[in-house]
Amino acid sequence: MFETFELLTLQQYWWFIIALLGALFTFMMFVQGGQTLLNVLAKNELEKNIIIASLGRKWELGFTSLVMFGGALFAAFPLFYAVSFGGAYFVWMAILFCFIIQAVSYEYRKKPDNFLGQKTYESFLFINGSVGIILIGIALGTLYTGGNFIKNDMNLSSWTNHTYGLEAVLNPFNVAFGFTIFFLARAESSLYFINNIAQEAIVNRARKQLKIDALLFLGFFLMVAAMLLLMSGVGYSDKGFEVISYKFLNNLIDSPLLLMGLIVGVILVLYAFFITLFTGSTKGVWFSGVGTILTVTVLLSLIGFNNTAIYPSLSDLGSSLTIENSSGSHYTLTVMSYVSLMVPFVLGYIYLVWHSMDKEKITSDEIEADHHHY
Amino acid sequence: MEDTLLTDWSRAQFALTALYHWLFVPLTLGLSFIIAIMETIYVKTGNVVWKEITKFWMTLFAINFAIGLATGIIMEFEFGTNWSNYSWIVGDIFGAPLAIEGLMAFFMESTFFAVMFFGWDKVSKRMHLLSTWLVAIGSNLSALWILIANGWMQHPVGMEFNPDTARFEMSNFWDVLFNSTGYSKFLHTIGSGYVMGSLFVVGISAWYLLKNKDVIKAKKSIVVGATFGLITSIFLIMTGDESAHEVALHQPTKLAAMEGLYDGHKRAGIVAVGQLNSEKKIGDDKEEFTWSFEIPYALSFLGYHNTDAFVLGMNDMVYGNKEKDIESAKSQIEKGKIAISALKSYKEAKKSGDAVKATDSLKVFREHEKYFGYGYLKDEKDIVPPVALTFYSFHLMVGLGSWFFMLFFLILYFAMVNKLDSKKMLLRAALWSIPLGYLAGELGWIVAEVGRQPWAIEGMLPVGMATSQVSTTAVQTTFWLFAILFTALLIAEIRIMTKQIKIGMEGH
Repeated sequence: MFETFELLTLQQYWWFIIALLGALFTFMMFVQGGQTLLNVLAKNELEKNIIIASLGRKWELGFTSLVMFGGALFAAFPLFYAVSFGGAYFVWMAILFCFIIQAVSYEYRKKPDNFLGQKTYESFLFINGSVGIILIGIALGTLYTGGNFIKNDMNLSSWTNHTYGLEAVLNPFNVAFGFTIFFLARAESSLYFINNIAQEAIVNRARKQLKIDALLFLGFFLMVAAMLLLMSGVGYSDKGFEVISYKFLNNLIDSPLLLMGLIVGVILVLYAFFITLFTGSTKGVWFSGVGTILTVTVLLSLIGFNNTAIYPSLSDLGSSLTIENSSGSHYTLTVMSYVSLMVPFVLGYIYLVWHSMDKEKITSDEIEADHHHY
Repeated sequence: MEDTLLTDWSRAQFALTALYHWLFVPLTLGLSFIIAIMETIYVKTGNVVWKEITKFWMTLFAINFAIGLATGIIMEFEFGTNWSNYSWIVGDIFGAPLAIEGLMAFFMESTFFAVMFFGWDKVSKRMHLLSTWLVAIGSNLSALWILIANGWMQHPVGMEFNPDTARFEMSNFWDVLFNSTGYSKFLHTIGSGYVMGSLFVVGISAWYLLKNKDVIKAKKSIVVGATFGLITSIFLIMTGDESAHEVALHQPTKLAAMEGLYDGHKRAGIVAVGQLNSEKKIGDDKEEFTWSFEIPYALSFLGYHNTDAFVLGMNDMVYGNKEKDIESAKSQIEKGKIAISALKSYKEAKKSGDAVKATDSLKVFREHEKYFGYGYLKDEKDIVPPVALTFYSFHLMVGLGSWFFMLFFLILYFAMVNKLDSKKMLLRAALWSIPLGYLAGELGWIVAEVGRQPWAIEGMLPVGMATSQVSTTAVQTTFWLFAILFTALLIAEIRIMTKQIKIGMEGH
């Protein structure tokens, strides 16, 4: 089936999968958001344990989504992988450090004789949820705003300054993108706790906190949306690369499906906030989850279609990357496309397991009785 | 183009990460199956003692698993951050198994890990057991895919060079998937993980017996551990033999370094123990060893399954051996340089639209293509990996592997005749064999990866050409940050683990 597809079709298919994986990862960031709310929503040790237990059963899925996102980029767009990771070195390393410290913190936090102490592991979780997520947002922002790299005739690349990607924090769009994701993750974590925890005090605090985070998220989101629609992007044709005004706005207008996805996605997230804050519903997380996945899929897809550069070069426009010049070969994309048929199966069993584990909400009795709580 | 200092720091950082990662992964691979076996006994017999035993080992498993994940995520991304040329030049082939690993293995592990730890009262007994098995299978599937990728680095197959994109591209997925080197590495590596898991269970159970603590549970554990260990150490020895055979076929220089063999000959023996002559250099007449004890014919048999076979030495590889049709490294480097220059000229001709020159250059390139990687080497002797490190690592690893087999056999024998309690020396030896297991695993990696030098991809891409073009200072900075962080986390892991063991098996 896939072998008969045009190379460009496979490249678009794979960019869509990357966008979807990025979106799933963004949704899973509610775990990180929750980590930053640990001391806000919990007022005693038991409540802390409940929150950690609630997040602790999900954190590995988010972690795995990040690994998968990286692996899929490597396989499908190896030049992007090489240029971005090998060039924006400090940004990616900083992100990785934030995830290393997450991986041990749940398990080691409360264990006796844990060397660094409970507070350190909790601050690791906070750093992962704040610095880690904001930096990921900033790194994703550079897909729209570009990076300081050049590549030669052999497609070998190098960065043109010695801050190796850290300069991206000076770009307002990147920073706003980072904070948008950060506050979205916090808002969604409140929605998740309301759905997952049966302890009233935590749920009440989560509802209050949701108001603050949802408002901040909306503020930053509107800022990002406005900047995105007004900004120029890099497009390409047979003649080469050129800067095009309102590139992303044009992309949306040219792809009604993406526009519709974006509108529906945003409405679903807003609906989730609304029903949680004004009707007392506990189902908000499902709507915001679907909404987030739709919105982020559209936002990332926007840069992979309509002859747009997925990673513009700020140092040499001609070095910019597109889905066409950075992808794997037709053969590899075909092989990987067959592999991608497993995605629904994997999502299916994750859903079933999640469903069977979360049938009953977490209670304080359960956490007090459970020997292996985090 | 090559910056030696940058290459060395990039290698150091990757080696640091890999060595740390490899402290935790073998235990995950082995202990996951041992736990699954223990839980199966619980489900079959309904005896709650087995449930408590399972839960105890699961606690230790989780402590180890967490830090394995922490070091594992770096491994994947370091291909991009520190080996970006590599990621582009071979990413079309190498990226696929990594992505498949994520999709097939990591999600399985992480999804069912949650059930394994928090699902005891939430899902049925059988569903829980299935989840424990799926965590074990997921971990091992992950090993399969990463070792298919690593096997491809040792023995590249199923690809061709595309001069237009200046990279290797996959031409046959099935060749990559069923690469014999990948499978021999996979089987030997998981075998070492199973032995490590067994050493861990046997050693800690032995400590309980020495302290007369949790005796019944410790005895049950030690029997499961030693049985699993005995079977898997035989498997480890068999797969080790197959791995050496693969090395002989596809990486003869590595085999020569593993054995300190400078001049090839027929009916070659294995130096069972010996000391390399530190004065000895490639091409000189000095003795290879200051002293040695050799097993005749063994190397020919190990490498080629034929006691008469000719085993190539390092001098044969460097200076060539006409009789055996081995081309000298110097000649290969010269042809490699022709290939590099032809590719450059092809790219320039394409750019300027000179079709005739492009066709001619491409023809020259294709004629010398297989030497392409050699063109980046500076000296003919560069094709030889560090001999002493490879030789001693290999021999120590083999010695330790043989000891583990004996240990499991003795433990199981005395457990069967119910005399284990009185064998204090053996129990102490079992306890002290835990660090030896870790050492053997690390040595195995050193043989595999140091023995592969100077190549990132055997015969095709030297490490010096594979690095990212970042500053050496940047890599040095992250190297030390990693070293400090990983060491701190390792200390935490060991202390937590030791404390949990001291607390004992009760109450799980």
